[in-house]
Amino acid sequence: MTQKTVLNDVHRAAGARMVDFGGWDMPVNYGSQIEEHHAVRSNCGMFDVSHMCAVDVVGPDAKAFLRRLVANNVDKLKTPGKALYSAMLNEAGGVVDDLIIYYLNDTTFRVVINAGTATKDLAWMAARQKDWGLNLTITERRDGNAPLGMIAVQGPNAKAKVWEVLPQVKTATEGLGPFFGVQVGEYFVATTGYTGEEGFEIALPAAQAADLWRKLHAAGVAQCGLGARDTLRLEAGMNLYGNDMDETVSPLDAGLAWTVDLKSERDFVGKAALLANGQKAQFLGLVLLDKGVLRGHQKVFAEVNGTAGEGEITSGTFSPTLQQSIALARLPMGVAINDTVEVEIRDKRLKAKVVKPVFARNGKAVA
Amino acid sequence: MSNVPANLKYTESHEWVRVEADGTVTIGITDHAQEALGDLVFVELPDVGKTYAAGQETCVVESVKAAADVYAPIAGEVTAVNQDVVDAPESVNQDAYAAWLFKLKPANAADVDALLDAAAYAKVADA
Repeated sequence: MTQKTVLNDVHRAAGARMVDFGGWDMPVNYGSQIEEHHAVRSNCGMFDVSHMCAVDVVGPDAKAFLRRLVANNVDKLKTPGKALYSAMLNEAGGVVDDLIIYYLNDTTFRVVINAGTATKDLAWMAARQKDWGLNLTITERRDGNAPLGMIAVQGPNAKAKVWEVLPQVKTATEGLGPFFGVQVGEYFVATTGYTGEEGFEIALPAAQAADLWRKLHAAGVAQCGLGARDTLRLEAGMNLYGNDMDETVSPLDAGLAWTVDLKSERDFVGKAALLANGQKAQFLGLVLLDKGVLRGHQKVFAEVNGTAGEGEITSGTFSPTLQQSIALARLPMGVAINDTVEVEIRDKRLKAKVVKPVFARNGKAVA
Repeated sequence: MSNVPANLKYTESHEWVRVEADGTVTIGITDHAQEALGDLVFVELPDVGKTYAAGQETCVVESVKAAADVYAPIAGEVTAVNQDVVDAPESVNQDAYAAWLFKLKPANAADVDALLDAAAYAKVADA
């Protein structure tokens, strides 16, 4: 059965085109995906992200639990509100899910996990807690008691629009640095996002989400669907679970080495496998030089020191900002930035340039 | 509700077909198809002179989110292609019935009669 967020009726009333996304009935666009994309890069737009699952990890052993559960080190979180992006790995070093951890204090963390993986993730977390005999509670905040709605407001004017509609959060969020979250009354407001633009992700009691959505829309914030969310995150070079990595892929081969801590003595699930296997592939960007559209699963042919190598596109699309097709790809070791590779699209091989895996940030093309 | 003009013929794979005075047929994708695909960003047309069997893949239209094959509604030979849609794929979103893709000279003119009429296609598009 398809699940619905608390904003489902609002999307339908707005004439959104709805699709099944990981078992959730979600808006893909409200008319034009490209216009929604540009609204976020040039002004501001909002996304219903209530399908994502906030999980409160609370108790005397909460910190010890997360130290072992995820690949990055929560010891780095020292300032209340600071967030950390990382991944939960299995014993083989594959990615169970990627997630964001907000540190509220040494015994209170909020973890936000993906929609389609939430059930699996919660079972995984509960099993690890049992194995390790740790004293904490894991409370999901999506489907059970006290559910939260989540709205991401993104773009150069996003913060100003949020303050216009929710003046009561302004003082507490004005000085917030990047990648922080703060609880202000009933609102949890964070400077995280999935677009490469400034803005806030706001979690609030689910029953109030529709009202906030309507007020933001009335204030001129564009309604944006998952289509624009995908082109924006891809331009920003941000990974999508299930496309760019999954349980069979090491974070080291998915461009996530920056959020894996192998330096400290700390042990975590999957660490031994990562140390034993090392990095096997590079995660880089591609810009298509010929006409066409790069898509996930297309094969990439690259020559490294005279030897033919093969890679694969993990996410591809047409970039509204660059007006060219772009992709994230897993490529053989030795392929370098600015190399030209060939991508197999249907029966043709088209040329693409290898770039750093980030294409646009803060309204501007960077590739 | 998508637009389904009464004077055209249709396929279940969402192509529209218009019979011209000279006996050729003009082919495009329906309003329902463009709406389902979203913003088109790439169109690859068949080569003039190539012949296709009914139901064969002829070319591809791609939106930001997906690629879709366009099939030959009937058997025939490609006599013309619309280069304007290659240069401006978004014109298909603006008016799917004005932004035609290619023209075929039918192998058998009567084949068009077997295609869906507007009422039958409206049911397909609604399903």
